[in-house]
Amino acid sequence: MEKTKANNGVNVDALLAAREVLKGAPQAAKFTWRASCKWKNGTHSETSIQGFHGLGEEQKHKTETSFSADHPEVFASEDLGVTPVEYLLVGLASCLTAGVAAVAQNRGIQLRSVESKVEGSMDIQGILGIDSDVRNGYDDIKVTFKIDADASKQEIEALVAQSQKRSAVFDAITNPTNVTVVVA
Amino acid sequence: MIGAGHAGLAASRCLTERSVDHVVLERGEIADSWRRQRWDSLRLLTPNWQTRLPGFRYEGADPDGFMTMPEVIGFISRFADAAAAPVRRHTTVTSVRPAGDGYFVATDRGDLQCRCVVVASGACNVASVPALRPAIPRPIECISSLDYRNPSQLPDGGVLVVGASASGVQLADEIQRSGRPVTLSVGEHVRMPRTYRGRDVLWWMEASGVWNQRYDEIDDLVRARGLPSPQLVGTPERITLDLNALTTAGVTLVGRLAAVRDGRALFSGGLRNQFALADLKMERLLDTFDQWADDHARDADVGAPERFAPTEPPASSPLSLDLRSGAIRSIVWATGSHPDYSWLEVPVLDHKGRLRHDGGVVEAPGMYALGLPVLRRRKSTFIHGAEDDARDLVEHLAGYLAHTGRAT
Repeated sequence: MEKTKANNGVNVDALLAAREVLKGAPQAAKFTWRASCKWKNGTHSETSIQGFHGLGEEQKHKTETSFSADHPEVFASEDLGVTPVEYLLVGLASCLTAGVAAVAQNRGIQLRSVESKVEGSMDIQGILGIDSDVRNGYDDIKVTFKIDADASKQEIEALVAQSQKRSAVFDAITNPTNVTVVVA
Repeated sequence: MIGAGHAGLAASRCLTERSVDHVVLERGEIADSWRRQRWDSLRLLTPNWQTRLPGFRYEGADPDGFMTMPEVIGFISRFADAAAAPVRRHTTVTSVRPAGDGYFVATDRGDLQCRCVVVASGACNVASVPALRPAIPRPIECISSLDYRNPSQLPDGGVLVVGASASGVQLADEIQRSGRPVTLSVGEHVRMPRTYRGRDVLWWMEASGVWNQRYDEIDDLVRARGLPSPQLVGTPERITLDLNALTTAGVTLVGRLAAVRDGRALFSGGLRNQFALADLKMERLLDTFDQWADDHARDADVGAPERFAPTEPPASSPLSLDLRSGAIRSIVWATGSHPDYSWLEVPVLDHKGRLRHDGGVVEAPGMYALGLPVLRRRKSTFIHGAEDDARDLVEHLAGYLAHTGRAT
């Protein structure tokens, strides 16, 4: 593999070292991500994130981040935040983008710019209960990357393909996951 | 030596050349797996000229053809005769454990003590069936590619073939042609044209040196060893059997079978990325071939460079299928297979049940493995790959015997 002095700001050596350590300690590789949500009013809610579990102990982000979610005015809501399904697009775009940067770093490819547009199409007849044959969620999601890098078109396509292959959010959206919801 | 398949017999021949006293224990007949665990229409993926064992090669009239299973069995049996391999047939090894300066080997026809053990019992003893198998609704009949013989074993009606390796694409094609509509669940796969620039693609793999790449030169060996077999079929017409060919034949392509929930099979929505990954990897491989032809001034010996149409995504690909609707009557697992080491009472398996070895040199002294995918080279997976591996390991084994005392 060719190793150049690409610098995309990703510490690949640390990631590869962590990979080696975790190979011998699979328990430490088990992470739990958490979010705490509070209803405000109407369709408006506030979700905060700070702590998570991993490497065998409790961990903390440097700061707590808060996310406002609501529905737009066309849904007769106050539009005090983006919709929950848009947060899903945030997750997908940021996960794939991080993957592109990490894979590029590992392959010695210098990135100059990485931009993407994510479009998720949805027929709201599903959530409104108009037609039971229409699903609630997205029926199609399209991500279009525009990447400027020291690499051929084929190499850039391979970056994008590999970032999907290793993306947690891409996997979570494309494959089923058990979800358990309980009342405490 | 445990196993009288192509790998065990190749090593036996190398041991005989070095006058190392040995015996080959075989649970059934020579080339037993080739007799019992292959479907009727199967032919080798490697052309006849490439199918060779130490000092032994195909000498028939059709070097570019592909051997049927009876032909493979005949080929390996003739090799065993030519090599005068000391095979004890119908002798099943029931346990191997450390004893003294070697191993105690128990069989159903008596025990023996030896200094060295070579495990050549095959890479494909047990079908690897997905963990979701118990969730498949009852009326659906399930069969693995190791037990499948021909389409008449399956009930009429729709068939879900899971896995798109060489086995998966071959079975999907054969079953679709039998009049049973096939849905093929496609995960990670390896796309290859049968011929490239007028030569068999496996000629290129050999000539360009790709197949000779050593295990210790491969970046991600675990991945290389776990790769599905390339989407190839050996036919007299040398057809390419890729996913586009299957789509043309009427097969429905769906994503990787991710779960069965409430009687519904759920497929991954990542199918397009699987196509993109396989297309990109094939193009890189063809670039490697072109570069080699260029570097070695071989362009005149082969046709012009070719590029193939990308894998066409299906117009619509269902994300789920109701397994209770009757549309699917049977499932064929073409999801790979793994070795059976249940008899091996030596602590040499990792947490996933794989043999811990360095290019076939197992962690236990005097123990070796042969005939596993990418054991010492990329070609180790194939019959002709056994020769170089057997020579390397027998050399190591002879050295071990010489350095640890007795000569036999």
